[in-house]
Amino acid sequence: MNIPLNIDWQQILLHLFNFVILIAGLYLLLYKPVKKFMDQRTAHYQEAADEAAAKLAQAEAMEAEYQAKLADTEAEISEKRAEAEAALARETASQLQAAKEQADKLISDARVTAQTERERIVAAAQKDIAGLAAEAAEKLVSGETGLDGAYGSFLNAAKGDGSHGEG
Amino acid sequence: MSKKQKWVFISVVCVILALLLVGIFLTGSGGEEESIQQVMKDAVLHEDNKVSFLGLKDVNPAYISSCVVVGVLLLIAALIRIFAIPRFKYVPGKFQLLIEELVGMFDGMAKSNSPHRNKFLGGYIFAAAAYIFVGTIFELFGLQVVTTDGISIALPAPLSDINGAIAIGCFSYLVILSGGIASNGFKGVGKTLKDFSLPISMSFRLFGALLSGLLVTELVYYYTALSFVLPVIVGVLFTLLHALIQSYVLTMLTALFYGEVSERAEEKPGKKPKKLKAAKHSGTPQAAA
Repeated sequence: MNIPLNIDWQQILLHLFNFVILIAGLYLLLYKPVKKFMDQRTAHYQEAADEAAAKLAQAEAMEAEYQAKLADTEAEISEKRAEAEAALARETASQLQAAKEQADKLISDARVTAQTERERIVAAAQKDIAGLAAEAAEKLVSGETGLDGAYGSFLNAAKGDGSHGEG
Repeated sequence: MSKKQKWVFISVVCVILALLLVGIFLTGSGGEEESIQQVMKDAVLHEDNKVSFLGLKDVNPAYISSCVVVGVLLLIAALIRIFAIPRFKYVPGKFQLLIEELVGMFDGMAKSNSPHRNKFLGGYIFAAAAYIFVGTIFELFGLQVVTTDGISIALPAPLSDINGAIAIGCFSYLVILSGGIASNGFKGVGKTLKDFSLPISMSFRLFGALLSGLLVTELVYYYTALSFVLPVIVGVLFTLLHALIQSYVLTMLTALFYGEVSERAEEKPGKKPKKLKAAKHSGTPQAAA
């Protein structure tokens, strides 16, 4: 059968034969190895990029952690400072109280001591007066001196003791 | 180069050209001359000038071209595979960049046109483009063969023979069909057969484009008067343009149709998935959810 345009099935198949060999050859020799290399390189750079991203994320997490720790530390420092100030205030108040108590005690003791001394002096003065009075009475009784003499001695003795007790 | 040397060089070139012109006009065409009608007819039909293929069969000269082109391409590919690819680096040099750009371009074309299935498609359009491009610019070299009638002719582009164009067009259609079958089974066959005119259109587009280039070139070279300066435009530029355009057109069409038929059919909204149906029948709300 004559096909128009000189179409020849055998030559079509021959061309196909060549073409199939070419496709297989170029695919195996050139296309596939080059594509494999390109994919390998893409994977390599992707891996590097992923690694860098992971490291960046890790660094950011660490930074956040450190920031949190820093904030915690600052809070802790503030708390400790407040505690220390409170303790200091308590200690100061306590010491002031103790000092006040001590001062009160000293004043009280001084007053007691002064009172005791006063009583002792008064008692001694009274004793002296009593002694002088007894001496004067004895002198008066014995008549060694006249009434004026005895009375005068008494008065002089009383006068001397009285100025001494007031002082 | 000094001014004197430049003048000497120009003078020598002019003398050589003048001698060649004299030679061209004095020697004549030689051998048996064909009329322009015969040349044109033979370029289209390949009825007269046959070449013996290894003494086995008389074939059209374009088949010899096809063998040479395939051999050259495979040799280049083997040399690149053996000597260049093992030395490829992550930061490419100029040659590596060229090879990677070529492969990447067709890989990208396959991926963009056929996102579902593109591994073989990329390799196919790469090889087809290489064959069409190199096959088309092959006619520029003007390799001579002797026909069975004893006439010396220049080897044409492999695809300027209708048998070569039909082979590529039909094989591209078969590749598209295989993509449809691999992705969608019987539906894929239906989708592909819907475009039944595709192999004819692809074959004859290639044949027509390549043949027109051949005819213009034959016409220009037939007349001696047209054989100056003009062949640089019609021969080289047109052939290069043909090579680029036809490579792009066939690969783009193949990738486009391949992507269309290999696209997975979406589930119809009315049709419930099998798992959902089974879950409803079993009455387990978790499975239905």
